[in-house]
Amino acid sequence: TKQEILMAHKIFSELQDRENGPYSSRVSMEKIHTLPELKSNPFRKRICHVFSTSDMKDGSLSFEDFLDLLSAFSDSATLEIKSHYAFRIFDFDDDGTLDARDLEKLVNSLTGETDDTRLTGEEMRQLISNILEESDIDKDGTVNLSEFQHVISRSPDFVSSFKIVL
Amino acid sequence: MPRHKLIASESDVRIEVDEGKDNEFSLYYVEVEENSKGGKEKQATRDGKRRRERNGEVSRRRASEKRSTEMSNKRAEKKHEKHHKTTRKEGEKHRKKQRRNADEEEAEEESSKEKKNIKNERTKTLKLEDEKEKDVKKKRKKHVKNEEDDANPGKTKQKDCQDVALKEKKKKRKKPETTSESESNSDSESKDNQAVGVLGSLTPEELEKLKEAVDERKKLITTLKGKPWPMKKKLVILRESQEFVEKYEGALGKGKGRKLYAYKVMMMKKWMKFQRDLENFKTACIPWEMKIKEIESHFGSSVASYFIFLRWMYGINMILFGLTFGLVMVPEALMGKPYGSMSRKTVPREEEASAMNFAVLWDFGGYAKYSVLFYGYYNNQRAIGWLKFRMPLSYFLVGVGTVAYSYMVVIRTMARNANEEGGGDDTSFNFSWKTFTSWDYLIGNPETADNKFACITTSFKEAIVEEQESKKDDNIHLTRFLRVLANFLVLCCLAGSGYLIYFVVRRSQKFALEGLENYGWWERNEVNMVMSLLGMFCPMLFDVISTLENYHPRIALQWQLGRIFALFLGNLYTFIIALMDAIQLKRAEEEIVKKNMTIWQANLYNGTMPDNSTALPITVHPGDVPRGPCWETMVGQEFVRLIISDTMTTYITLLIGDFLRAVLVRFLNNCWCWDLEYGFPSYSEFDVSGNVLGLIFNQGMIWMGAFYAPCLPALNLLRLHVSMYLQCWAVMCCNVPQERVFKASGSSNFYMAMLLVILFLSTLPAIYTIVSIPPSFDCGPFSGKNRMLDVIQETLETDFPAWFGKVFSYASNPGLVLPFLLLLVLAIYYLQSTSKTYKRVNMELKKKLQTQNEENKKKNKLAALKTANELEQARKAGEQHSNSASDLGENTQNSEPPVSSTHTTTRPPASRGHTASGHLPGHPQQPQKNSHSNRR
Repeated sequence: TKQEILMAHKIFSELQDRENGPYSSRVSMEKIHTLPELKSNPFRKRICHVFSTSDMKDGSLSFEDFLDLLSAFSDSATLEIKSHYAFRIFDFDDDGTLDARDLEKLVNSLTGETDDTRLTGEEMRQLISNILEESDIDKDGTVNLSEFQHVISRSPDFVSSFKIVL
Repeated sequence: MPRHKLIASESDVRIEVDEGKDNEFSLYYVEVEENSKGGKEKQATRDGKRRRERNGEVSRRRASEKRSTEMSNKRAEKKHEKHHKTTRKEGEKHRKKQRRNADEEEAEEESSKEKKNIKNERTKTLKLEDEKEKDVKKKRKKHVKNEEDDANPGKTKQKDCQDVALKEKKKKRKKPETTSESESNSDSESKDNQAVGVLGSLTPEELEKLKEAVDERKKLITTLKGKPWPMKKKLVILRESQEFVEKYEGALGKGKGRKLYAYKVMMMKKWMKFQRDLENFKTACIPWEMKIKEIESHFGSSVASYFIFLRWMYGINMILFGLTFGLVMVPEALMGKPYGSMSRKTVPREEEASAMNFAVLWDFGGYAKYSVLFYGYYNNQRAIGWLKFRMPLSYFLVGVGTVAYSYMVVIRTMARNANEEGGGDDTSFNFSWKTFTSWDYLIGNPETADNKFACITTSFKEAIVEEQESKKDDNIHLTRFLRVLANFLVLCCLAGSGYLIYFVVRRSQKFALEGLENYGWWERNEVNMVMSLLGMFCPMLFDVISTLENYHPRIALQWQLGRIFALFLGNLYTFIIALMDAIQLKRAEEEIVKKNMTIWQANLYNGTMPDNSTALPITVHPGDVPRGPCWETMVGQEFVRLIISDTMTTYITLLIGDFLRAVLVRFLNNCWCWDLEYGFPSYSEFDVSGNVLGLIFNQGMIWMGAFYAPCLPALNLLRLHVSMYLQCWAVMCCNVPQERVFKASGSSNFYMAMLLVILFLSTLPAIYTIVSIPPSFDCGPFSGKNRMLDVIQETLETDFPAWFGKVFSYASNPGLVLPFLLLLVLAIYYLQSTSKTYKRVNMELKKKLQTQNEENKKKNKLAALKTANELEQARKAGEQHSNSASDLGENTQNSEPPVSSTHTTTRPPASRGHTASGHLPGHPQQPQKNSHSNRR
């Protein structure tokens, strides 16, 4: 809505002010990460990369990108949009599929950076094979977008948790 | 260029536009075009006549277009005739000569005849055929490029996206154009021998096409929001299509209809804007958004869901309060008889001394009892004030309306939740869900994030372990025994608490009979205190008991909730049964008072006017008039007291249990022998389920008592408001995030179901009392009637015309009501069975889809292999025979889709399919603009 957009713009321009050059319309990834909403999100880098349209691939966001981000994470976004972006966020190497390496990275970022919370190699292998067994419908060793969306659409609480509110 | 002055062929313009737009795509276009044209050319060489037809057709079309732009008819015809001649000549030559030569000559001839546009086309086709081999190579290149694209990791996704988007866009543009073209083709073909095509300036078909295009644009605009494109592209597309729609929308109607249409469109826009503003306003009105957001970021969505639930409840109570306050309390206070005018509106003489004491008022006795807050104050006058407000009727209808409204809201919310949940019961994606959906993106607090990490890790580990030894089960007998034992203990607890409440209520009645003044505070508030204390301690007991039976935590939580629910319900119902007893007692008392009343009245008459027979108004102070006990007010009072004490205990436990504990832990931690923060007491967690249950029961009591105490919704509103702030504060300052976070959405319908059950159970006794117990004779809006229901009958008889009452009585006789009920039952049964079959069909479809999906993938793989083989063979062949290159080109073109789809599965195959279908891609603007300008 209008208020939300205005609010987003306020926040964005605040971030911009802290930037040295007042003329740069983009805000770098680090600045975005200082937002309290993204501060502790393990996927913050991926989120910035996915929504960034900059040519330098530095994850910086223009205001449009920022709005994109917020609208994708807002309440009114449909499951389709949410799952599409979630897929791109989880797709760490941007190759259009979630393969075993993507899944491993995903699990690692879910379980945190510290060693005591990490899974052992054995557990990881087991987990990934289980995931693939469940959601890899065509058995090609990767999860593609449609398979991902199929899995996600059955999940009861994806829509409620895939949300960021300013 | 001259061809711009002439009416240019659409394809030319299109190519130019596209070149200006995007290099890659124009290339793509040209290729497609070349393909199709090449194909046609080939056909033409085989069949000269058809080729002539084609030429003629082209020229005719051009001519007709010219005509439509108000150029001279004659000239067009001349040109047309010339054309015919030339084409005929060409055809003859063509038979004799080789194909290429013919084309060259043709081109020369035409250029000499000033037909530059046609020449252009010809030359292009000529070049085309020259470049056929090049073309093939290009295509190959393109394939390679495509594959490169797919391999290129950085850009592909976006490019794909754009590809799809642009293709869609193109499709949309292309569609009307191509179809209209094909139609004109067929038209001209059917009227082949006629000199001039009779294409009107704007045929109805074209109109239809235009309409379709506009509709499509509109659809695009509405669905734009749901497309995962970047904002910039959305904006561009939106603007383009909006322009398109604006341009052509007005043109669709004719004359008067057009104006009307434009007006309609304008109104539509205004309406949309209004709706958007309203939406903005609504979101601005939702309170506590920031508070909830803060909690969300600290505690995750499950704790926040409690506060959202609280807010929802607040909304409902707001409406209930509005109903009772606006339709019952305010009219009575403004228009009813003032305080002290009647006996029911005055404090009795013996209580007058203490009526203003705080203790009495706190107990809702004294002046509070004889006010609009309670049932007894209302008068049974049929219409009050200058508005002739039907007070008793309004009272009754509001009582019914609150219940009906609550039912409606709860059921609607449940249905919506059920819709959103979808197939949440499916456990086939356990692991995938854990990985893909376990992160709560709302969490913004590092501490919570750490907890969440740990929680996710443990859940992973648990899931793996469970998976590994899901079949192993050690000592099933012991667990079974323990579970039975636990349930037995719980039952004992429930029965004990029920008996305790019954006992206490009876005892309090005894106290009440003997007079409350002799007893202290405890005796007076015994019932409420006992109920609150039971509600506080029994759940803890259940918690201890439930550790006996080692269920999975989620199931354990549900058991726990079920038990607490049973406890509360049992308590509430014993309370109600005890109240019923009290009502019976009061009614017995009332009978006595009634008898005494007549005696007293007789005495009064005899005493004051022994000899005067004219009945003068007797002036007795209303406080002195003897009165009945008025059981309705008593019930209302009980409920109000219950709510108050419940609220108090909640707040006090909050303060002691959470706040004091947190303070102690925080400040004693430095001087204690073990770590308090991580050891035994630690900080408390926020108990979502318990709090939600408390809220639900509170609401149940409101529903039950609201009929007898109109002030209850107001009280509840106050309570919810305070608890919102208090609990927000408590949560933020002295609770720690949960270690085990349960998702809120899964259980929200569970809570809603509980609310529904409570609503049903709480309306039962209320309805029972309304329908079956006669109201007391000297207080309340229904005094003097046999049943409270009689209000409706009275209204029907007096306020409506006679026929209405007749109709109503016919409609309400059992002969009609019973079949109607039967019909309802049948309908429910039918709907249920159909929904069941739908579900089954759904499941089957899903299965089918899955198997088909797998088969398709297999097939695709096979096809890809096959085509790869063919490609190789063909390449070998191509090396040997360079002439067969064109065939190879087609071959690769055909074999391309499966290959690409296996490589980039994210690309929808449909977009690929239509590019290969080889009709002329077109730009719709051109012909439509023409026709548009024609009509003006």
